[in-house]
Amino acid sequence: MQQTPSPSLDGVGPSSTAPDPAVAFDGIDLWYPSYHALTNTSFAVPRGQFVSIVGPTGSGKSSLLNLVAGLIAPTRGRVTTNGRPVEGVNPDCGYMFQADALLPWRTAIDNVMLGPILHKVPRAEAREQAMAWLARVGLRGFEHRYPHHLSGGQRKRVAMAQVLINRPQILLMDEPFGALDAQTRALMGQELSDLWMDLGATVLFVTHDLEEAVALSDRIVLISSGPDATLKGDYLVDLDRPRQVADARFMTGFEAAYEAVWRDLREEVMTTYARER
Amino acid sequence: MPANAEPAVATEPAERIPLSRRRWPVHTVQVLLVVALIALWWIGTAVGFVNPFFWSTPADVLARLGKWFGDGTILGNLLITLYEAGAAFLIGSISGVVLGFLLGMTDFWARVLHPIVSILNAVPRLVFAPIFFLIFGLGPSSKIAIAVTLIFFVVFFNAFQGVREVDPTVLANARMLGARSRYQVARRVLFPSALTWILSSLQVSVGFALIGVIVGEYLGSSQGLGYVIARSQGNLDTTGVMTGLLVLTIVAILVTIGIGRLERYLVRWKADRR
Repeated sequence: MQQTPSPSLDGVGPSSTAPDPAVAFDGIDLWYPSYHALTNTSFAVPRGQFVSIVGPTGSGKSSLLNLVAGLIAPTRGRVTTNGRPVEGVNPDCGYMFQADALLPWRTAIDNVMLGPILHKVPRAEAREQAMAWLARVGLRGFEHRYPHHLSGGQRKRVAMAQVLINRPQILLMDEPFGALDAQTRALMGQELSDLWMDLGATVLFVTHDLEEAVALSDRIVLISSGPDATLKGDYLVDLDRPRQVADARFMTGFEAAYEAVWRDLREEVMTTYARER
Repeated sequence: MPANAEPAVATEPAERIPLSRRRWPVHTVQVLLVVALIALWWIGTAVGFVNPFFWSTPADVLARLGKWFGDGTILGNLLITLYEAGAAFLIGSISGVVLGFLLGMTDFWARVLHPIVSILNAVPRLVFAPIFFLIFGLGPSSKIAIAVTLIFFVVFFNAFQGVREVDPTVLANARMLGARSRYQVARRVLFPSALTWILSSLQVSVGFALIGVIVGEYLGSSQGLGYVIARSQGNLDTTGVMTGLLVLTIVAILVTIGIGRLERYLVRWKADRR
């Protein structure tokens, strides 16, 4: 466990020789009409890293993901992915939303096929890929169910297959398992962890659950309480891989990592709490 | 949980479905009510407290039905009415869907045209009937025009609303998955999402198609079910009026059932409504 001294921006500058980071936030201000969500936020994520973003409610964690996705634009500053500035919807990204985002009028298989179809993959081929992905997330036999006829955990699995079938270089996840019960959550975390090891994607994972964050990530980024939220802390999680996500809390180093983040997070949570009271 | 809580639960067996949810009792009572109403009509006219001059009698209506089916009165006029209603339904709902959909997708034109369409919708459409008679003559075209003015607005507002009410997360998801062009977004997200709204307006539209056409025929024509009813009325022939109404009712029921089936098929992805 070590704490990186300051937000690193390696690879963003024009004179740099290092490979471009997968994601770089460079002096981001994000102002909504009546709310200053983020102020002067900078950090970079090297390729292939699994980063969790934690912070109190309303600290602009989801906004960070939306900036990378290109769904919103910063008021000031610059977001780049793989060295290219983000302009409009970012084709390098896959996004797993907090809310149910499956198309309810499409069956599981049709939902998973959507990405390839939109990328002009022939139908038969798209179908084959989608079958394979559904099997991979453990949903063989559920291909022709509509989302309404699947459980919350099953819907999340479909959503995961739907996003991963596009093989995104950058995977954005906004509390994807937030609505699930603790056991299902641990199972989904495990699947995500395994799939991530296979895919080698860069992951930005927003969560409220610090235990989940430590169990899954290489690194945890702490965003301070809003308004005017910014980067508050940056921690490396040095646990062996592959991990058993459900048992990660028994691994050496887990507690130290957890405590280091929690000390700072608690302070921010208290600040938010005091402000909202 | 204390053990003595068990019996309280057990007195209400799980398979006991409330009366209002069971199919057969509901249907049986429905049929019985209709039968009772006809019986009341029949007995009323037989005993004399219902005047057959105003209400005719079930027997007369049945006899007339047989006669008119035999001499082709019903079939010929029914076909005309169905043709007019069908044409009005197609023209009205297609134009409503297309315009509502396009307007829903373009912010600028939505803001410009939506209030104007709303005002037009507030005008009682049947006052246009004389104008349509002048423009289109007394043939089927004027009837179709009247019904179209009724149908268009219903479908238009539903299609418009359907596009506007699309779930923003689903939309964002489709865009992230690769729906870049307006066409892709419209085809993969907006249209299927709006389809529920559009379909629910079609039920109403079918009713409006029949109403518009019949009223048009009633006001001025020489063919169609509305004309049959109007002519019978002119001859003080209530049996004819009742027979016309009966045929019209049966047609309306069949068409409504058909549209309901279609709707259930097209929105089969929705959660079972119980």
